[in-house]
Amino acid sequence: MNALAAEGEVVYEATTNGLWFVEHAWVVVVLPLISAALILFFGRRTPGKGAVYGIVAVGAAFLFSLGVLWHFVEGGGPFEGSIDWFTIGPLHLELGILVDGLTGIMLVVVTSISLCVHVYSLGYMHGDERFTWFYVVLSLFTAAMLTVVVSNNVIQLLVGWEIMGVCSYLLIGHWWEVKENSNAAIKAFITTRVGDIPFMFGIIMLIALTGFTSTNIGEISHELGLGEVSPLFISMAAILLFGGTVGKSAQFPLHVWLPDAMAGPTPVSALIHAATMVAAGVYLIGRLFEIFLEAEQWVLTTVSIVAAITALGAALLAIVQDDIKRVLAYSTLSQLAYMVAGLSLGELGLTAGFFHLFTHAFFKALLFLGAGSVIHAVHSNNMSDMGGLRKSMPVTFWTMLIGSLALAGIFPLAGFWSKDELLVVAEEEHVYWLFVVFLITAVITAFYTMRMVLLTFFGEYKGHAHPHESPATMTGPLVALAAATIGVGLLGSPQLGAVFGQWVFYEEVHEAVFVPWIALLSTAGALLGLFAGYALYKERKAQDPLQAPMGPLWNVFQNRYYIDAFYMRAIVLPVRDTWSSSVNWFNQVVLDGIVNGAATVTRAFAQVIAWFDRTVIDGIVNGAGEGAGKTGNVLKHLQTGNVQWYAVALFVGVIALAVVFIELV
Amino acid sequence: MIRLPLVLMFSALLFSAGVYGVLARRNAVMVLMAIELMLNAVNVNLVAFAASLQQMTGQVFALFVIAVAAAEVGIGLAIVILLFRTRESINVDEVNLLKW
Amino acid sequence: MSAQEYAFLVFAVVGGLSAIAVVTARNVVHAALYLVVSLLSVAGVYLLLGAEFVAWVQILIYVGAIVILFLFGLMLTKAPIGRDTLDNQQRGIGALVGVGVFAGLVFLIQEAFPVQDAVAFETVQGSTDVIGEAIFRNYVLPFEAVSFLLLAALIGAIVLARKDDAS
Repeated sequence: MNALAAEGEVVYEATTNGLWFVEHAWVVVVLPLISAALILFFGRRTPGKGAVYGIVAVGAAFLFSLGVLWHFVEGGGPFEGSIDWFTIGPLHLELGILVDGLTGIMLVVVTSISLCVHVYSLGYMHGDERFTWFYVVLSLFTAAMLTVVVSNNVIQLLVGWEIMGVCSYLLIGHWWEVKENSNAAIKAFITTRVGDIPFMFGIIMLIALTGFTSTNIGEISHELGLGEVSPLFISMAAILLFGGTVGKSAQFPLHVWLPDAMAGPTPVSALIHAATMVAAGVYLIGRLFEIFLEAEQWVLTTVSIVAAITALGAALLAIVQDDIKRVLAYSTLSQLAYMVAGLSLGELGLTAGFFHLFTHAFFKALLFLGAGSVIHAVHSNNMSDMGGLRKSMPVTFWTMLIGSLALAGIFPLAGFWSKDELLVVAEEEHVYWLFVVFLITAVITAFYTMRMVLLTFFGEYKGHAHPHESPATMTGPLVALAAATIGVGLLGSPQLGAVFGQWVFYEEVHEAVFVPWIALLSTAGALLGLFAGYALYKERKAQDPLQAPMGPLWNVFQNRYYIDAFYMRAIVLPVRDTWSSSVNWFNQVVLDGIVNGAATVTRAFAQVIAWFDRTVIDGIVNGAGEGAGKTGNVLKHLQTGNVQWYAVALFVGVIALAVVFIELV
Repeated sequence: MIRLPLVLMFSALLFSAGVYGVLARRNAVMVLMAIELMLNAVNVNLVAFAASLQQMTGQVFALFVIAVAAAEVGIGLAIVILLFRTRESINVDEVNLLKW
Repeated sequence: MSAQEYAFLVFAVVGGLSAIAVVTARNVVHAALYLVVSLLSVAGVYLLLGAEFVAWVQILIYVGAIVILFLFGLMLTKAPIGRDTLDNQQRGIGALVGVGVFAGLVFLIQEAFPVQDAVAFETVQGSTDVIGEAIFRNYVLPFEAVSFLLLAALIGAIVLARKDDAS
């Protein structure tokens, strides 16, 4: 940065080495798209079943993203480019890219984790009968997420958003032969859909801001800046857009799909439900941040409340789970809520929230892939089937330990720095209740993290499988992500200049401040949680030590506060059994009845006409013939063959003619 | 010296008798005779008009008619004899192969 | 009414009655003989009208040849001698038609030549040389034609009536 610039003022370098990458950032989107097509058409015939296309494409995209980020590291500025797609009346639709620091870090996150998952799946999905299709959807998903991230207009964003939803559905239901998996996939799709409806209304309202002429985000911001729009309008648009986040990023009350989505293969959980797709909701708020800031305060307050409920509620549920992936799922819910809450704090929260997203992506993906490695070895998801695995799976153990400590927020790992940032911002903005919520959640997070590690890796293995370390294709990404977890946190540490804040900021760069007492408080909270976990779980017991003290609360937690049951009874069953069957009845009986009735009436009418044709018309035609015949039959008697009879007739005729002529003449 | 209409009425009588005979007689030769009566009626007419108009044309025509009548009777009887040969009877009633 | 007219009336009555007898006689030979009487009376009418040659030809040809032909025909075809039904079922209509024809003709004659206004006419010259002159001067072509006709009739009658040989 230019040293002569005033504090906070943003000065961009004119040209950087990375500028070319930024101007051609759409390549990052197109590469996985091409690989998806290649795998689809040629995957089966390629040795290795087509995975190589995906890995090469995403690898290239990752390197390209590093180039894009380099531009911002060098101090470059944002870039926008677009082409006209088509025009409907006054509305111009375009395809374009908007690349700023936020886009840069998102590109790096998505491509790097996608690359790790692609490589990991070589080992995890080895021998699966739909191996090639898995890679097709994986690449397609990556392309869709990248579309959302680079998009410069709301419609293109929506397109990527929806494609991600479909890919998530396809991947969760990858093993659809088991009914629960396909149920989970449908649940995920429909729940996110419920969130997408207000989201789309929000988008329409945004387009309406421009008088229905443009979908461009820049132009929408421009219109907002003119200050002619009523605050209520903006608030309504903001809260509707937040609906999309609630669905996609699994906030309360649409969080119910994420725990069940663990039915999909673990690489999918790592990529989609930890690092990228669920982060899209958070990204949405960041990209359309002006709207949230210009809205009335109650919007952001609502966002904070929803996030807080989610964070605390999910963390509590993570304590009682037996399935290792469920623990991580609830943890993801909780951490996502952290990010959303961070953003709800306003301008200062943008950098902090996205920094947490950045770090969380790496260590959560690491944790999921590690869990997948354990599951692959033990052939079970449940921690009650695990134990003492640190000796048989050392690489997995050490990498997961690093990820868990990061999650708990231990210095100097990534999680510490990002959680610390959030606490600092909460304190700066004087939103103390959120500060308290963050702190309590951090304690609980540390607690269940320690529980998970102890139950999985310590104690004695009592299962029936023969656990051994996973192949290199699986442990390689684990190691890479662990390295990332260690290193990435430093990008935001104030001691090292908090470079991250120079890439992602709102309107002006905020200096990251290191507040010692907050750092101490958060570390103390984390350690408290860890110790509590250690104390309760260091010895393996038959029944979970929490079960007895919690009493009836244990069942409430096990049933997820009965929210899922409530949805089932209040919404799903009435629609399925009452509405759907009545609509079906209406269709079968009334509508089909009308159609069939029309057919019956026509057939009856046709019978009448047929009768008419047979009897009357054929009667006339046949009658003509028969009439001629009968007349002939009568007239033939004139032919007597008797010459004298003919002579009589002749004479009678002559006399008649004579009379006629005499009378006339 | 004779009034013309009277002669004409005589010829009409002959003609009508001939007509009845043609229509009502069963024997073929009888029919031929009736035809001769009709021809005679015509001849009477011709001669009467010839006398009335003081011309020879009528009488000449009547001669020709007589010649033709003779020829006709000859042919007619030849046919009747042929008919008799095939059917053993010359009842005109029975010659009705063209009956329906 | 002059004397010729009375004579004519006699001939007419005889001729008419015999004509009716021809067509109503039960015996075919009687019918032929009645025909002779009728033809003779017609010849007499010709004489009264002054057509001598025609009258003589009438007797010669009609009575002398044609009636003989009829009788031969009756004989060769085994005409029933004796009483028999000679009329067919059309007697009624035939009578009607005959009467109708007669009535019509009389009506016509009355219209054209009313009896009241009729004027008797002088007889004409009907002798042979006058007829001969008329034929061979004015009507020689029809005469030739009629001779051809007679030749054809002659040949025809022979062809028709001869018996076919077995070959």
